[in-house]
Amino acid sequence: MKIRAQFAMVFNLDKCIGCHTCSVTCKNVWSNRKGIEYAWFNNVESKPGIGYPKEWENQTKWKGGWEKVNGKLELKAGGRLKKIVQIFANPNLPEIDDYYEPFTYDYARLQNAPLSEAAPTARPVSQITGEKMDKITWGPNWEDDLAGEFAARAKDANFSRMEKEMYKQFENTFHMYLPRICNHCINPACVASCPSGAMYKREEDGIVLADQDRCRGWRMCVSGCPYKKVFFNWESSKAEKCIGCYPRVESGLPTVCSESCVGRIRYNGIILYDADKLLEAASADNEQDLYKAHLDLFVDPYDPRIIAQAIADGVPQSWIDAAQKSPIYKMAVEWKIAFPLHPEFRTLPMIWYVPPLSPVQSQIDQKRLPTEADGVIPKAEAMRLPVQYLANLLTAGKTEYVVSALNRLIAMRSYQRSVHVDGQADLRALDAVGMTEDMAKEMYRYLAIANYEDRFVVPTAHEEIRLDDYYGFQGQNGFTFGNDSSPGVSRNSLFPERRRETVESREPAPLAEPRE
Amino acid sequence: MNLQDFLMNVVFGVYPYVALTVFIVGSWIRYDNEQYTWKTDSSLLLSKRYMLLASNLFHIGILSIFLGHFAGLVLPHGFWIALGVSDMAHQWLAIVAGSVFGTMCLVGGTILWLRRVFNPRVRAASRYMDNAILSLIMVTLVLGLSTIPVSIGHASHGDPTVMLTLSQYIQGILTLNPQPQLLAGVEPIFRAHMFLGMTIFLLFPFSRLVHVWTAPFNYLGRAYQIVRSKRRVRSA
Repeated sequence: MKIRAQFAMVFNLDKCIGCHTCSVTCKNVWSNRKGIEYAWFNNVESKPGIGYPKEWENQTKWKGGWEKVNGKLELKAGGRLKKIVQIFANPNLPEIDDYYEPFTYDYARLQNAPLSEAAPTARPVSQITGEKMDKITWGPNWEDDLAGEFAARAKDANFSRMEKEMYKQFENTFHMYLPRICNHCINPACVASCPSGAMYKREEDGIVLADQDRCRGWRMCVSGCPYKKVFFNWESSKAEKCIGCYPRVESGLPTVCSESCVGRIRYNGIILYDADKLLEAASADNEQDLYKAHLDLFVDPYDPRIIAQAIADGVPQSWIDAAQKSPIYKMAVEWKIAFPLHPEFRTLPMIWYVPPLSPVQSQIDQKRLPTEADGVIPKAEAMRLPVQYLANLLTAGKTEYVVSALNRLIAMRSYQRSVHVDGQADLRALDAVGMTEDMAKEMYRYLAIANYEDRFVVPTAHEEIRLDDYYGFQGQNGFTFGNDSSPGVSRNSLFPERRRETVESREPAPLAEPRE
Repeated sequence: MNLQDFLMNVVFGVYPYVALTVFIVGSWIRYDNEQYTWKTDSSLLLSKRYMLLASNLFHIGILSIFLGHFAGLVLPHGFWIALGVSDMAHQWLAIVAGSVFGTMCLVGGTILWLRRVFNPRVRAASRYMDNAILSLIMVTLVLGLSTIPVSIGHASHGDPTVMLTLSQYIQGILTLNPQPQLLAGVEPIFRAHMFLGMTIFLLFPFSRLVHVWTAPFNYLGRAYQIVRSKRRVRSA
């Protein structure tokens, strides 16, 4: 057993209103530089829809993620040798138009235009060529709120195992939002695809990063990621991706997308898992068993045996404390209401989702939904948002897990309704889904109230552990001697080696009291 | 010493060393100090049209040509004789392989060049050196291909001397025994090709070509997953 800590998130889709505040904050903080104007480390999709980039979920087309070949886990786009053969031109790389041609508008024209009969217009300008564009034909959220005809969004891969034609009818239309960022996977396909070894997972918190110095721009990570969340900066020729806001997370702050979420749908926390079992978990024979296998990777942060092992493996005590208070552990493991996005990609993603319920609730209120005997919980198959669709998104098509999660969410509401409206606790719904009153109250606190301190349990990084002399290091963060991105990495440097991160040579400060 | 000898001496006696030194030392300095600039500068994202064909033809062509030049000109003459490859067989092999891979490179490179110049997105993303180095490679390639008819002329008369002379010259350069006067007898087209070829080496460290140095062969033997833990920092 090897215990590692993972920084993870849960997005409560039930409360996502599709306002894109997360996307805009992220864009402004991290990706408004030249070359990645088109890249949205965080985007919000309207589902059903083909998404961003186009049809990213269709792995027959893009060949992202992993698959089982002869009982062995292998990259879907092919192994190492095939990658080297395809290195001159990666056939699976999306083109810029699969995302969209980034554009701005000629705003200056509105002020500079000469006097004229008609009002001046600000024409779109391509952010690649700088030329005026005749017409914008696609964008990062072109299908917003089911825009466009059904035939176009029907290409959504999540319609598999479904009779999708019936959802063409206006009466049967359904809709949800899907905010997406890098999943900081436990078995990342981008890392495995990188020929130069520039992509890596951090041992301390599991955040997946692209080393900007080591990256050579071979582009295999972009196609390797089944979520298409690694982007190629065409100006710098480097892979860029969501960095999990690690400078914030290291300081104990939530990511900016989470912090700025007006719907309070995002939860940040630590979860402990057994790294020795990850390959086995990702290799489950049946793709519908992957969610369960993924869940089994997580370990109980209260188990003394686990705690001892975690400490032996270098997990700091404050991180174990955080893992015990983790909203992620509660939702994913204790309540089983959160699920990984597309577990069938076999990357063991670590951004989990609570399936959306709201459209169901309004139908229950209108008494238009057939319910089970208790008169509260609707029959799963009668829900407006087809559970098969949610299951295709979250559990590789197996509906029972999603149904159980939705029923628990409904039961929690039913219980709270009985308390606040009827003035008397009605436990029938809770009993039907195997929940206790305490659990319902806690779920209510986490999901409905969603206090800041419940949503975000982010322990600070323990930089001091790796510093011999942390007093000497004080006051030096953020400053380096010369060009920080050229650390002089070759073993036999032509020039005197630059000492990055080192401190002034001096004796560590004496301790106030002699240590035992 | 007359002017022509002097020029021969500068271009084929001194220039090769300047080019090789800049090639090696320049690459080294850039690798040391400018890792962030060390990259392929791919434009595949901006335009994929014809790229599967063009990029593969170009790269396979040019890498084969490089290996061919190395095998034919740098490896010692005795090595080929020991292998039982006669001078004439050697020359015909060079002509055939050069034609095949040269044509592949020419077709691929031409598409790449046209794309770089005429595709608005690729053009917008191109830097001066991207255009310059590709154009230089293409001109060198065309000159190289133009030597083939000359070589066929020699070969059909059973005369391998030019090939052997060129090989002797290159080996002289690499063994610090430059003999620029050897080239006085070969056709000017060979000399033009060689001059531009050396210029490619000269510009190499300042262009995107540096990505050749870091061809990722170690990927073949690497574990898929990479986990890095933070480096321990010691006080100096």
